[in-house]
Amino acid sequence: MPFTNDQLERYSRHIILKEIGVKGQKKLMNGSVLIIGAGGLGAPAALYLAAAGVGKIGIVDADVVDLSNLQRQVIHTTADVGRPKVESAAEKMKAINPDIEVKTYQEFLASDNIMDVIKDYDFVLDGTDNFPAKFLINDACVMADKPFSHAGILRFKGQLMTVIPHESPCYRCVFKEMPPKNAIPSCKEAGVVGAMAGVIGSLQALEAVKFLTGAGELLTGKLLTFDALTMSFHTVKLPPRGDGCAVCSDHPTITKLVDYEQVACDFDPKHPV
Amino acid sequence: MKITVGGETKEVKDGITISELIEQEKVETPEYVSVSVNEEFEKKENFAARQLKDGDVVEFLYFMGGGQ
Repeated sequence: MPFTNDQLERYSRHIILKEIGVKGQKKLMNGSVLIIGAGGLGAPAALYLAAAGVGKIGIVDADVVDLSNLQRQVIHTTADVGRPKVESAAEKMKAINPDIEVKTYQEFLASDNIMDVIKDYDFVLDGTDNFPAKFLINDACVMADKPFSHAGILRFKGQLMTVIPHESPCYRCVFKEMPPKNAIPSCKEAGVVGAMAGVIGSLQALEAVKFLTGAGELLTGKLLTFDALTMSFHTVKLPPRGDGCAVCSDHPTITKLVDYEQVACDFDPKHPV
Repeated sequence: MKITVGGETKEVKDGITISELIEQEKVETPEYVSVSVNEEFEKKENFAARQLKDGDVVEFLYFMGGGQ
């Protein structure tokens, strides 16, 4: 289908880019991205991907908007406190771009439903806030051969990597096993500067756009770290995907998804997991 | 001798081990840090014995769980 005049105008800054152009914009409009977590990372990613015209965007989150979210989760407003995050997010995304389809999943992803949800998308974006979810997303995406962007933020730091399963190293290649509960400080305990979520979530959105359009090189085989206090980006080259990984090697020892027992960001009576 | 840690060149004592470097660099949650030397991961059980050489490129990779 040819572009309408409105679409030509809406996406003109994309279309003028030689790396995207008309073809790339069509790919975005025919593409789909699943955003897991409508929070700090998911908020900017959802806004930018909706604005970019990604044809179908799924957004997963079981929680409702909390006042303490608003310091960084810029897709939600004060009036949204108490509303389901996916509903609040979908409303803003559709307001930015009525052309796109937004599918909401107000649920927790676990070993028994994640495969069914990710199968309908081209690219997955991990915007979760706990290690059980991050390991589950990694393992599920590896098993389903689904490309995804992993990210984490804490205090004034953030990091991300893109995984093309069975081609580039996965999250578990780097971080073999889940850390014990409470071993690593969470954002709730240690804090996070709001704009950090904006930086890293936007970088994840860029990876999704690059994946769908084929522009440039993906952040595969590398972990990009950002320290806002020194304003420095650093790229750590990762060892190639080897035989050692429990999930993505040619002879994996993890062949079934497991639900790790760890409460997201520690126990919060308002948000039992 | 000189090694590179997290992209920065540092002067360290000859034959410093990974464990000693972890201590010297005041790595947070040292028991959960992943370490690569010249783009190869070193197993945790070797941290105490693995001596670094002049020119080695060391990276510390940290768990970062936040996102919401």
